[in-house]
Amino acid sequence: MKIAKQTEITSRAPLLSARGLGVRASSRWLIENVDLKVHRGEIVTLIGPNGSGKSTTVRALLGLIKSDAGEITRTNDLRVGYVPQKLTIDWTMPLKVRRFMTITGRHSVTSIDAALDEVGILVLAKNDIQSLSGGEFQRLLLARAMIGQPQLLVLDEPVQGVDAQGEIALYELIGDLRRRHDCGILLVSHDLHIVMAETDTVVCLNGHVCCSGSPRSVAESPEYRDLFGARAAEALAVYHHHHDHKHLPDGSVVQANGHDDHSACTHPETNKKKPSHHG
Amino acid sequence: MITLLAHIQKQIKKSLHTMDDFLFRALLAGAGVALIAGPLGCFIVWRRMAYFGDTMAHSALLGVALSVLFDVNITLGVFVVATFGALALIMMQRRAPLSSDALLGILSHSMLALGIVIVAMMTWLRIDLMAFLFGDILAVSWTDIVVVYAGGALILAFLIFIWRPLLAGTVSSELAAAEGLHPERARIIFMLLMAAVIAIAMKIVGILLITSLLIIPAAAARRFAPTPEMMAVLAAIIGVIAVCVGLFGSLTWDTPSGPSIVVAAAMIFLLSLLTPGSSALKMRRDM
Repeated sequence: MKIAKQTEITSRAPLLSARGLGVRASSRWLIENVDLKVHRGEIVTLIGPNGSGKSTTVRALLGLIKSDAGEITRTNDLRVGYVPQKLTIDWTMPLKVRRFMTITGRHSVTSIDAALDEVGILVLAKNDIQSLSGGEFQRLLLARAMIGQPQLLVLDEPVQGVDAQGEIALYELIGDLRRRHDCGILLVSHDLHIVMAETDTVVCLNGHVCCSGSPRSVAESPEYRDLFGARAAEALAVYHHHHDHKHLPDGSVVQANGHDDHSACTHPETNKKKPSHHG
Repeated sequence: MITLLAHIQKQIKKSLHTMDDFLFRALLAGAGVALIAGPLGCFIVWRRMAYFGDTMAHSALLGVALSVLFDVNITLGVFVVATFGALALIMMQRRAPLSSDALLGILSHSMLALGIVIVAMMTWLRIDLMAFLFGDILAVSWTDIVVVYAGGALILAFLIFIWRPLLAGTVSSELAAAEGLHPERARIIFMLLMAAVIAIAMKIVGILLITSLLIIPAAAARRFAPTPEMMAVLAAIIGVIAVCVGLFGSLTWDTPSGPSIVVAAAMIFLLSLLTPGSSALKMRRDM
């Protein structure tokens, strides 16, 4: 069932795809050789440790920063809804929830209220947005991103400043939105735990694509374990060691068993074993 | 209080009867500038660009000196120099190893000093430095008024045109760009509008006080405005009130007119802080 659905999703042309995407800052590549596809109705989750280039990837895909290598293909007139990682609104700007909904485009009060209702914050419609809690504000950002009926929803760490329980509720909400609107979702997260249930494809990033695939296959992959530590992997799945490359202290990579698809791997932040991270 | 009002009334009558219509012209010009400065000032407050605006305004004196030197229209010269000042600033912010704050501090004052030095070096010219630094609203001509209103109408038209992308970009430039607005373009147009306001307002309140006419009415309006749009309208109205009060005060107590207008605006701002139950106060308590 799950497999049938997956093939149905991926048989359509992707809304957004990148091949060999690279972004460099002065002499260093922030991300390199990133391949990524998002189809309609599919949730793709980008995971990776801090500084692994998740946000850089998203920003390059959205055209907010220039990419230095590779190509990005979008369907014509792709409507994008975006929830940025960080959004602080100066308190000097008087902004109520309803007005915030129309910040990038005009919408009727009826559709504004419908969108607020869909994320469960209709009661706050008349409030100042500066008075919202972290979770309420994230819901507002979601509603705002959805109101333009986007074909692609891009969420950069959408559960920031939200407690654990609110996190689960938010991810459920994102899953609901996908089912109801059949849009593609590109999600950035530093945490695979809760994303699992709704995600179709996980792309594990550390400057390059370390591994990608279904959540289960990623959780079981040695690269994922290497990035997040044994405890994170064990929380998800039984871990079988089939490591195809090793990371030396100087950042270089040697092949362990002849697979060559990670020949370009460098894992600057994880090349040393850190016992504390392994619990 | 009553004697004061009577005194002001007497002053108005006196000026209307005996002193031509210079007060009327000053009021008209001042109100015109305030009407443009209010809405623009809101964006300066929201985007935290007060110091940036100050730096642009300080470059105006250099513009005056250069326009006189090359015999071009002063308003035009100031507009061009302020624009270049802003562009140079943006370029330097991208490259300089200094914090933006320190960079603005350096540029703001060196621009002003450079302007004063160049004016002083042109000994063959007589430029009334004080008039440019502190404004000379009582000397505005009908031509000046035409410039204020024609330029002002154009500035407001542009501001309305870029309102949505500029506001969205103020909230989050990434968000606006991701959803297909062009916040960068709006920001550049906004900077040109700022340069234009500086060029027009220089004669009214002077280079040193332009920023205050942009910022103070906007800040005072914050307490009473439920939406960004209302704040812009209220800022314009408060600016006009400040110009009226300041001019009459200036006439009554024989104080310099530009600074008197700014003092009046500051007093309105202080009064706005004392107003109970405004949304800003409530918000502060929540936090």
